[in-house]
Amino acid sequence: MSTFKVVVSNIQQITPLIKQFSFIREDGASFPPFSGGSHVVVAMNINGRLHRNPYSLMGSPQAPDAYHIAVRLQEHSRGGSAYLHHEVKVGSQLEITYPNNLFALDKRARKHLLVAGGIGITPFMSQIDDLIRTKANYELHYAYRSQDHAAFTSALKEKCAERVHVYVESEGLSIDLKALLSKQPLGTHVYVCGPNAMVVALIETARSLGWPENHIHSEQFLAPPSGEPFKVKLAKSNIEVHVPAEMSMLEAIEAAGVDAPYSCRGGACGRCELEVIRTDGVLVHQDHYLSEADKAAGKKIMPCVSRAKCQSLEINL
Amino acid sequence: MSLAFKKETFRDDYTYQNSAEAIRRFPFPFAEDSYMYSVNIEPHTKGPVGAVTEFAFDIDEHYVAECEDKAKTLALDAGRYQALPHMAEAQWDFLELTMESLSNDYPELFSLKKDGLLWTWENKPLGIKNTFTFGDSASFDMDPMEYMGRQVQGDFVLLDQRNGTLYADAGFITSQADWSLAFDVGMAWHEWHGPVPQVTKLGVMDRALKFLMALQLGAPVRRLNWTMTINPRLDTSPENYPLWGGDRNKVTIDNVGELVHLRVELQSLFRLPRSNAILFSIRCYLISMNELTTSARWAKRFHRVLKSLHPDLVEYKGLTKFKDLTVQWLSKKDDGAEVALGTHP
Repeated sequence: MSTFKVVVSNIQQITPLIKQFSFIREDGASFPPFSGGSHVVVAMNINGRLHRNPYSLMGSPQAPDAYHIAVRLQEHSRGGSAYLHHEVKVGSQLEITYPNNLFALDKRARKHLLVAGGIGITPFMSQIDDLIRTKANYELHYAYRSQDHAAFTSALKEKCAERVHVYVESEGLSIDLKALLSKQPLGTHVYVCGPNAMVVALIETARSLGWPENHIHSEQFLAPPSGEPFKVKLAKSNIEVHVPAEMSMLEAIEAAGVDAPYSCRGGACGRCELEVIRTDGVLVHQDHYLSEADKAAGKKIMPCVSRAKCQSLEINL
Repeated sequence: MSLAFKKETFRDDYTYQNSAEAIRRFPFPFAEDSYMYSVNIEPHTKGPVGAVTEFAFDIDEHYVAECEDKAKTLALDAGRYQALPHMAEAQWDFLELTMESLSNDYPELFSLKKDGLLWTWENKPLGIKNTFTFGDSASFDMDPMEYMGRQVQGDFVLLDQRNGTLYADAGFITSQADWSLAFDVGMAWHEWHGPVPQVTKLGVMDRALKFLMALQLGAPVRRLNWTMTINPRLDTSPENYPLWGGDRNKVTIDNVGELVHLRVELQSLFRLPRSNAILFSIRCYLISMNELTTSARWAKRFHRVLKSLHPDLVEYKGLTKFKDLTVQWLSKKDDGAEVALGTHP
């Protein structure tokens, strides 16, 4: 993974729960441009433990003077968002990966329908720049809990004018997905990012209305869920690794000094896939990458978010 | 590095030759005595000084003659450059990457001056100088990909990533080993690799696709591929088969050394920043058997590779007509002594 050493150049409190962080490169050089929807993985050393979380890049992708991310303080944070909110200050040094895009716009779309819930607005903040610049046909539908959470509404209204539609839950407004999706012209692609329930509802609604599968795009980064501790045997490395309740399998493997492939670390990209040789228990798949058939077959696991309930699990690594 | 560009041809009278230096740096692809497809992808990092991998895009003594040959091929068949409309942004990415790389790596040959979005590009060997607005197609009299495709050695494909695969949606192809852009444009990964033998069984294509889909910005990769060509001809396209296909019948035991060439492709892949597309660059190197066998190691090794090559690969690479003659010719240069691992001369 190619990385940049960065310095925090600015921090803005956007809402009571969301902070926006701006990064500049430590060596003073400029960042490369990126494509709308890209994210970076931020590495944080928290009490001697390495945390790596993915965050969407905001702002202009074309000639970025700085990279910007928005971070929502998670109620049950394992450390990443709490660390960024409470410990990181202007001048703090961090390491981030080069931008990577798992949520790219399909450039052949006749129309782009963007649907965001809460902090799920972040990948759209850069996509909108691309859409405006390329004079593409798009609409943004943005739902959030209350005016307290109206993170980027005014900026969006300024940029997108009549193309943005805002739904504030506390004012009794919500997106009628069925109505929205059933009136779109053929050739529309829909993109959704937000809470799991919203993403699932949109995908199911689109499918039930007969939308082609490759016109439905979603992105959800998961925080690695905690679970019961278990042991994993690495066949090639010939060592056994203990995975504690609060650590992901990938983190435990890395902490044991074994190099494992990874990219997004949020169950979305598929890069960290490992081959399961055998287990005497159940694999607890929690990723969005493997197909249902793959999950049922039990031959593959995504160690960034998935776990096992077992006495022993053996992996080809 | 100062380059003396050679006056030579890749067609008709075929005056192309390699200097001693070009032979020494030739990217010989065989580290051992046998060959089979594998996912032989490695990071495209800076190689040793003078090596073909020293820079992102290699410019060598054949640069001017190769660019002239490209122009000829394109003049005869405009379809060698094609781009689907949604690849416009990827084209600017390609232009930026090649201009930045060449002007940084060969400052005595190329220069790029930027005044905001107003860019001035100068190519001294080809006598080209243009000022244009980056990202504005109206400021250019040709597509950005065609413009730079004419000025960088090798062939270029732009791959769009969607639907869990890669699509060959734009290309500038004038030195291909018997495949057609006109046929392949718009195809998905598994479609255009369909004819390659043995690889499905090996799972090579699935693994390579998964790897490339995860290709990172700032971390390009490369691999070598190879075939053989009669005469030092760059344009061995199916469209022009009548012009070169028959040459395979002209090989005799007396002319193998000058007629038969090993053709090596340095293939490199770059994730492009603005478009999220992937640039696939295919740089072709040609070396005659006479030139190749100036290295005793290469002579022995290539003899053994060719002799033991799987029949499916002989067929697919189009070597059937002249393989046995070439093996016979090479056998005289192989004393059977062990050749240590490695591709060096």
